[in-house]
Amino acid sequence: MGEYKINKTYEEINKKIEQGEAVVVTAEEIVDIAKNKGIVEAAKQVDVVTTGTFAPMCSSGAFINIGQSNPLVRTSRTWFNNVLAYSGVAAVDCYLGATQPCEDDPLNKRYPGEFNYGGGHVIQDLVAGKEVEIRAESYGTDCYPNRRIEKVVTLKELPNAILNNPRNAYQNYNCAINRSDKIKYTYMGTLKPEIGNANYSTSGELSPLFNDPYLKTIGLGTRIFLGGAQGYVTWTGTQHKSEVERSLHGAPLSPAGTLSVIGDLKEMSPQWLVGQSIRGYGCSLSVGLGIPIPILNEEMLKYTAVSDDQLFTQVIDYGYDYPEGKSKSYGQVSYAELKSGSIMIKEKKIPTVPLSSMVKARKIADILKKSIQKGKFLLGKPQHLF
Amino acid sequence: MYSKILILNFPPREAQKPLVCQLTKKYDLLFNILLAKISNQKEGYMVLEITGEKANFKKGVNFLKDQDVRVSYPEQEIWKDEEKCTQCGSCTAVCPTEALHIKRPEMEVLFDKEKCSLCELCILTCPTRAMGLFSKTPEEVM
Repeated sequence: MGEYKINKTYEEINKKIEQGEAVVVTAEEIVDIAKNKGIVEAAKQVDVVTTGTFAPMCSSGAFINIGQSNPLVRTSRTWFNNVLAYSGVAAVDCYLGATQPCEDDPLNKRYPGEFNYGGGHVIQDLVAGKEVEIRAESYGTDCYPNRRIEKVVTLKELPNAILNNPRNAYQNYNCAINRSDKIKYTYMGTLKPEIGNANYSTSGELSPLFNDPYLKTIGLGTRIFLGGAQGYVTWTGTQHKSEVERSLHGAPLSPAGTLSVIGDLKEMSPQWLVGQSIRGYGCSLSVGLGIPIPILNEEMLKYTAVSDDQLFTQVIDYGYDYPEGKSKSYGQVSYAELKSGSIMIKEKKIPTVPLSSMVKARKIADILKKSIQKGKFLLGKPQHLF
Repeated sequence: MYSKILILNFPPREAQKPLVCQLTKKYDLLFNILLAKISNQKEGYMVLEITGEKANFKKGVNFLKDQDVRVSYPEQEIWKDEEKCTQCGSCTAVCPTEALHIKRPEMEVLFDKEKCSLCELCILTCPTRAMGLFSKTPEEVM
C-alpha cells in the first residue's frame, strides 16, 4: 500500500457513492483532466472512471429455462422462432447462441448470404417483450414422457433467462484489410479488394479493457453495465491472452484480454442487445457493455488517462492471410488515426470504417457515470483476480 | 434552377454514341453521374442528376427520348431508420457516393439523401437492417 501517494479502497469509494459524493468521469473526460491536473492530483479527485463499448460480440448467448409442460418433458432439441438452441442440459434448460442462424436460412448458398434472423435476433425480440414461438423435441423417458411441445411465450413468462457471454469486451482487435482482388464478406464487415477500406471494431480510449490493461480491478464479481442492466464479470473470456506485446502505457498492441460476463436477461433492453446480420458471414449480437474503473491509486488513474493516440492495433489482411491462419501485420496504426477517417498503408490513403458504435459507447459510459453519481450503481469488489 | 435524378437505359446501339454530353452542349444542363454501367455493344444504364433551367431540362429529356434512350425517374428512395441505426458505421464501407458518412469527432453516421445513387448496397450491408427502399408517392416522382 505504501508505494502510492493516493490509496483508496473499494469500501471507501462505495461509501462515497452511497452518499452521492463520488466523483465520476468518463474515460474520454479523464484524458484532459489528467493532462491539466497531473496524475496524482487527478487520482485524488476522481473516484471512478466509466468506460463503454457497443459492437457485435459473436460469442454471446443466453441460458433459458422454457418451463415444464404436462406431461413432463426433457427437451433434446429446442427452437426459438425456428432458431436452434443447444439442449444438452436438463431438463428444459437450453443455451441459445447469438450466431445460430434460423433453420430455413439459405446461409451462403446464395452468396453473399443475408442472415436476416438468428439467435441474436431472438434475444433482442425477447428483451423487446415480443412473443416468441418455442418448439422442442424429446425422445421420451419414463420420468419425462412428453416428446414434443409447442408454445408461444414472452420473456416475462419464461421461468429463467440469463445472458451468459463466454467472450466479450475484446481488449483491442485487428484492423482488417483485403489485399486480394475480390470483395470479401467477413465478420469484420465488407472488405473491398486491393485494400479498398480498413475496418476496425474497438471504442479506443473508451474501451473497458484499454482502461485497465492488466485487469488490476476487473475480476470475478466486478459489477458492469451489460445490455442495459447490471451484470457481472464471471471469468476471463475464451481466447484471453495476457502475455502480449504492449505499449509503454501497458495497452496491448494486438487482440489480448477478453471477459466472460453474466446478467439477468429479464432486466435488459433491446436498445443494448441488438441482433446483427453480417452479410456473407452470419448472425451475431451487438452487446452494450461498460465497466467502471475504480481509481484506487494513481497507477489506475494513469491507465484510464490513456488516449486514442497512445492506443495501437495491427493491420491484418483478411483477403489472403487470415483465412490461412497467418497474422502478418501490414502496419501498426493508432486509434486516433483510425477514428480520423483514413490511414496510410504502403503510402496509400485508405478510408477507415468503424464497426463499433462510438455514439452508443459514449452513451453507456455516460449512463454508468450518472447511475454511479446517483448512488444506483455500486462497485463490485472482485473476489478473484485473473 | 431545376434539379432532378433520372435513370437512363441505353439500347446497345445507342450506348456507343456520345449522347449525355449533348445535354450540356445543346441544352446548357449540368449532369452529375451517380451510377453508370456502359460497355460496348451492350445495353447501358446510367443514373444522372441533371441541373439547369426547367425548359431546357424538358428539351434535354425529349432529346434523349428521341435518341431511343429510355428515361425514367427513380420511384424509390433509400431511407434510414434512425430508430434502428446503431451508428456503427459498417455501411460507410460500401456506399460509393459518401451519402452515408461519419461526422467527426461525434462519430455519428449521417445519410445525405442528395448524394445517394440508389445502388442499394447499404441495405444488406447494414447489420441492423436500418436502411431500406421506400416508394415515393406519384406526385414526388413527377
